[in-house]
Amino acid sequence: MSLLNWVDARFPLTETWNKHIAEYYAPKNFNFFYFFGSLALLCLVLQIVTGIFLTMHYKPDAEMAFASVEYIMRDVPGGWFIRYMHSTGASMFFIVIYLHMFRALIYGSFKGPRELVWLIGMLIYLALMAEAFMGYLLPWGQMSFWGAQVIINLFNTIPFIGDVVSTTIRGDFVISDPTLNRFFAFHVVAVPLILVGLVFVHIVALHAVGSNNPDGVEIKKLKDEKGIPLDGIPFHPYYTVKDIVGVVVFFIVFFFIVFFMPEGGGYFIEHANFEPANALKTPEHIAPVWYFTPFYTILRAVPDPWYGTLAMFAAIAILFVLPWLDKNPIKSVRYRNKAHLINLAWFAVTFIVLGMLGVMAVTDGLKELGTRGTQIYFLFFAITYVHSRPQQANYLMWFVILLVSVLFWDFLRYDSSFTENQASLFWQMLLLPIAYLATTLLLPHFIGGANREKEVPTRVTG
Amino acid sequence: MADTGVDKKRRRFLIGATSAVGAVGVGAIAIPFIGSLTPSARALAAGAPVEVDISKLEVGAMMSVEWQGKVVFVVNRTPEMLAKLPEIVPQLKDPTSVDSLQPTYVDKETRAREAEFLVMLGKCTHLGCAPQFRPEVAPADLGADWKGGFYCPCHGSRFDLAGRVFKGAPAGTNMEIPPYYFVSDSMLLIGENGAAA
Repeated sequence: MSLLNWVDARFPLTETWNKHIAEYYAPKNFNFFYFFGSLALLCLVLQIVTGIFLTMHYKPDAEMAFASVEYIMRDVPGGWFIRYMHSTGASMFFIVIYLHMFRALIYGSFKGPRELVWLIGMLIYLALMAEAFMGYLLPWGQMSFWGAQVIINLFNTIPFIGDVVSTTIRGDFVISDPTLNRFFAFHVVAVPLILVGLVFVHIVALHAVGSNNPDGVEIKKLKDEKGIPLDGIPFHPYYTVKDIVGVVVFFIVFFFIVFFMPEGGGYFIEHANFEPANALKTPEHIAPVWYFTPFYTILRAVPDPWYGTLAMFAAIAILFVLPWLDKNPIKSVRYRNKAHLINLAWFAVTFIVLGMLGVMAVTDGLKELGTRGTQIYFLFFAITYVHSRPQQANYLMWFVILLVSVLFWDFLRYDSSFTENQASLFWQMLLLPIAYLATTLLLPHFIGGANREKEVPTRVTG
Repeated sequence: MADTGVDKKRRRFLIGATSAVGAVGVGAIAIPFIGSLTPSARALAAGAPVEVDISKLEVGAMMSVEWQGKVVFVVNRTPEMLAKLPEIVPQLKDPTSVDSLQPTYVDKETRAREAEFLVMLGKCTHLGCAPQFRPEVAPADLGADWKGGFYCPCHGSRFDLAGRVFKGAPAGTNMEIPPYYFVSDSMLLIGENGAAA
């Protein structure tokens, strides 16, 4: 191994390998949810590799973009395969990331000392959304065009400077060739560089503090005489081998989609996007790609452009401060009270319902449901704060405070011009936030069992 | 050097001054980069007015024309359509167009220079989609209360046949009226106010 020695004298190759792979001790009780970190990395690599090859044939020009994508699909050998891997990869990336974030939520991985891991992860999520949004403009189809029209106009709603901001983003007064050209530059160069940098920092930060686990136990507290955590096992070979199983299952699903349903039923590539962009005609139903729809529903729920935009960005921004809202020292949902489990279940269901509403056309009933879902989405963070100290929490007081804030919002939006149908939906669906507050605040107040926390073991279980 | 001691105050000043000059330099170099993102001379030049022949536009029908890359709707409104405009006033956010954009010479309620011809930007004031022209009364998808107007497919904003927004819609203001004038009875010019303004 003289070559390795030669390198090691000049570059910390073995040291880095050991620090991050071979002698990185991860808790031995990782479960299903711990596949998604490495799968996210796999998605990033897939997107970069397929993206590079697409760039070789794609033309970032409003006159040629749509045709060049069709050229990739029909005339470039294997072009359809690479392009479908890229488009499917985008959606799979978000599925993986959402599960990865959900894992952090249920096992408290965002809590100290991993706040920075969470914050960097949120930045990655933001960059990923920007990357996906700009990539979706490039095929220059109807959905590309009108989706971008809506998102860029979000900036138009900013008081006073909105016009200048959105014009500067577009490089024109309408979405046109300059917009496409610069989105190409951002999508292909700028944002991927940022993403790769952030992912690097995310992993460095994680390896500095160590991985959390389903029990939320800090394995670094108990070490053997060599300084190795008693409940830790080296990442390689144990988790590299485990993750390969995850990769195989992932690829089975991934290539099933690529080969048998590459448009993902109209959710991964929307049907209207097979029509070239037309500035004179908005498609019948426009909806963003599925991974933006929960926030899109929140945008629609607020009957004012600027406040709607604020609500939408607030829905993302509030996730950043989660580590400072949930101060409960118990990390994992396994040892928290029942009310916390119920709270998490409400949040997960609400997020999915908001997402489903975002791809549907607006009717009175769905609009009201979207508003109620938006209320529950934001209430979740308040409830999470209240659950920080379940034994001392004044549940009744918080029930009243939060119910009053819901009613205040309702008072602001209730209008005498509501039709009979709208008014009755308004009152019926008021039950939703009330049920939410009751199951997360009244339940632990009146039923001791729902408020009881379990003792966290000193060693990981299983 | 070492035996002369360190003048910490001077060092702090030099660090501060260097940082300040550096920050100014970064700010200055950002100007041309951000400037390059704003519309180019070519994009600025594409704003010429367009002439529209309205002689073939049937009563009750709408045509779309492109002006500055935007859609402009021209509707030839029937007397029945115009008669309905005052009826729906209580359901509107801004019935007299106080908060909305239009040239001073258009009527604030019919929102036109000559009542029958509505000339309007086909752009929802919420997030810029092109609303659909739905002149029919009470279609199945828009409900029994619908008296004809514009419906935005993106976020469900509703406008009446003068582009005035209904309450409860995500859009905040009425649809915008561009500058225009009638060159003759059958010819419209969009993009200029005209002498009569």
